[in-house]
Amino acid sequence: MTKVAVNYPGKGTFERGIHPPEMKQWAEDKSISVLPTPKELYIPLLQHVGAPAKLLVAPKEQVVYGQVIAEAGGFISAPIHSPVAGVVGRGANITLANGRHVPMVPVVTASDSVGAADGIYEDMLGGEWPLSLLDDFSPEEIVDKIKQAGIVGQGGAAFPTFVKVLKNKDKPVDALVINGCECEPYLTADHRVMLEAPQAVIAGTLLAAKASGAKAIYIAVESNKMDAVEALRPYAQGTAVTLAVVETRYPMGGEKQTVRAVTGRTIPTGGLPLDVGVVVMNVSTTWAVARAVLRGKPLTHRVITVTGRGIAEPKNVLAPVGVPLQELIDFCGGLKADTARIIAGGPMMGFTVGNLKTPVTKGTSGITVMTLDDVHEEETTHCVRCGRCVDVCPLNLIPTKMALAAKNKDWELAKKYHIGACMECGCCAYSCPANIPLVQLIRMGKVQMLKK
Amino acid sequence: MSTQGMMRDVLVGLVPLILTGLVVFRGAALAQMVICVAACVAAELVFTAMRKGPVSIKDGSAAVTGMILALSLPATAPWFVGVLGSVVAIGLSKVIFGGLGQNLFNPAMVGRAFVMIAFPAMIGASAYVVQDASVHALTMATPLTSLKMSGVVTPLGQLLTGATNGSIGETGALACLLGGIYLCWRRAAAWQIPVAVIASAAVISLLSSGFSISAVLHELSAGALLFGAFFIATDPVTSPVTPRGRWIFGIGVGCFIMMLRKLSGYPEGVMFAVLLMNAVVPLINRWTIPEPLGGPVPVRN
Repeated sequence: MTKVAVNYPGKGTFERGIHPPEMKQWAEDKSISVLPTPKELYIPLLQHVGAPAKLLVAPKEQVVYGQVIAEAGGFISAPIHSPVAGVVGRGANITLANGRHVPMVPVVTASDSVGAADGIYEDMLGGEWPLSLLDDFSPEEIVDKIKQAGIVGQGGAAFPTFVKVLKNKDKPVDALVINGCECEPYLTADHRVMLEAPQAVIAGTLLAAKASGAKAIYIAVESNKMDAVEALRPYAQGTAVTLAVVETRYPMGGEKQTVRAVTGRTIPTGGLPLDVGVVVMNVSTTWAVARAVLRGKPLTHRVITVTGRGIAEPKNVLAPVGVPLQELIDFCGGLKADTARIIAGGPMMGFTVGNLKTPVTKGTSGITVMTLDDVHEEETTHCVRCGRCVDVCPLNLIPTKMALAAKNKDWELAKKYHIGACMECGCCAYSCPANIPLVQLIRMGKVQMLKK
Repeated sequence: MSTQGMMRDVLVGLVPLILTGLVVFRGAALAQMVICVAACVAAELVFTAMRKGPVSIKDGSAAVTGMILALSLPATAPWFVGVLGSVVAIGLSKVIFGGLGQNLFNPAMVGRAFVMIAFPAMIGASAYVVQDASVHALTMATPLTSLKMSGVVTPLGQLLTGATNGSIGETGALACLLGGIYLCWRRAAAWQIPVAVIASAAVISLLSSGFSISAVLHELSAGALLFGAFFIATDPVTSPVTPRGRWIFGIGVGCFIMMLRKLSGYPEGVMFAVLLMNAVVPLINRWTIPEPLGGPVPVRN
């Protein structure tokens, strides 16, 4: 166990959890490279938690880079901007990596800009992000710019960011925790953003803090990314930002775990960090916030890790939202012959994808390509009640009992074991010697209980 | 980690006990182990075939049951004791409940309880004393019987190294500790259970002996207490899954062992203590559902 010096209220760690092999070696040293602009993008109109966005453009309409093509469809919603100049195609439905069927609008890139993505890196990640400018913006202006830029959380859950930082009269916020843990194995996108745009991260953090009124500001980074901490340190110096090095342990990036490790507070089951006076934001989201406020740029691109044993050249790619997975895989040298599984996200909480036309969304943090060696399926045996799942569950649940209750459709029993509190982090399935698909059973149980 | 790997860990953890048993009881111990393991594996094959269930030999659980059963028997018990014990252990205690993971009671202990009641003379206290044995250890009563019947205290050194009489696996206290610690370190056994068993037995022994440390050490290292605490009570299938439940279970086993040792006609109580507590495990699991981090799930209307 790594001993970590702690200069924040929490202990730098949380109870239970696991430490799977990190598998970050393939992409962690690869600088962010820019994906040449693809010929066609499939832009889903629901890329976040909340109501779908409402389409504003008609087929055959010309759009320019950054133009709003769909507006927020409710309070918890976010507008969508075109990442390229081009022509809108006919809308259709598409299945996202997480299994949801959502409306989608294709955008065909104008022929003169296909393949040319020059200057995008400088535009998005490079240059100066002067902290002196922060005084120019009032909290209301910051919230408004975040809202207009269509920013949603980039950690995966994709909650509209402006809602998080909006001041809430009933629940005052005193702490902002920026989640730079990136505890999923394989993924390195957040790590690269911290290394390559540290000033943008600090600027975005301070802007978010100003908007939300948080006085205590922490950036939590796992101890296996000390280079990111060092990259951030010069820009954090002299500001209110505390760099909080936390223990490398899965699921440190889960917000309940991060908040507990950094502030020592416990988010109530079914509640939000707001209930304990905390706002949590992914580190890549801070970069989007800085870009929106300081440079007036909407969220059209994000950094995606394409990695795993099955990909020829693992990379961290700056790519437009809506790009099909196939384009990203081709850009990274294609799949190897023994590829067995393609996962949107990391191996612990990601979704296996069958169709490579599936587009990336604002919440896609990576593509993990696994080979036959990685996924060798072992036979499922009966539960031997060893309790390993109980020993690792970070939420103090009894996964085996919840899963068996769900399997037997005994909803009363499942409730007795608090199935609704499960965050589906997968620690239990990872530890199960009998190879029982605990998370799938629990997830299925939760869905069926809601339907009833 | 797989189920098979877990069973392998248990077998590795048993190695010190097996070696001690072989040194003390030689060929008789070897024969007993071969008989029980072979009979358990064969019984598993036959009974799963009768149930038309999947063949479950590969997971190694039948071999583990056989080995633990053998180690819990006297080396000199006749061959049919081992065979019958195995058949009962696998057939009556495991496969009819649905196989691995479904049984309520520790299979090896059910098998042993059956032969103990069926053949009291061949496995009871008198079975351990074989007057014309060539091995010195076999001419003595077990330490617990000596204590109970004639107040003879076996020196601690003998108890630790295994130079005493007893069931094959229980004579060497050091071997039990060594293998048991390995088991806990590999997480093939929940550490709370042996700690709770040993601690509760030690406390009761301390109180009942008028605070005699040597009596406590004798109590702990004689008989099957350590063997039972580390290798029998920790059977994952028949012990609770929650940490709090494991404490309750372990303390229950420790208390029952001491009660049986002090108050019953038997010199030893591990087997019945474990079986008694096995019966309460479903209840313990239900009593000890922990509160999730952040409190219970709020009820929505």
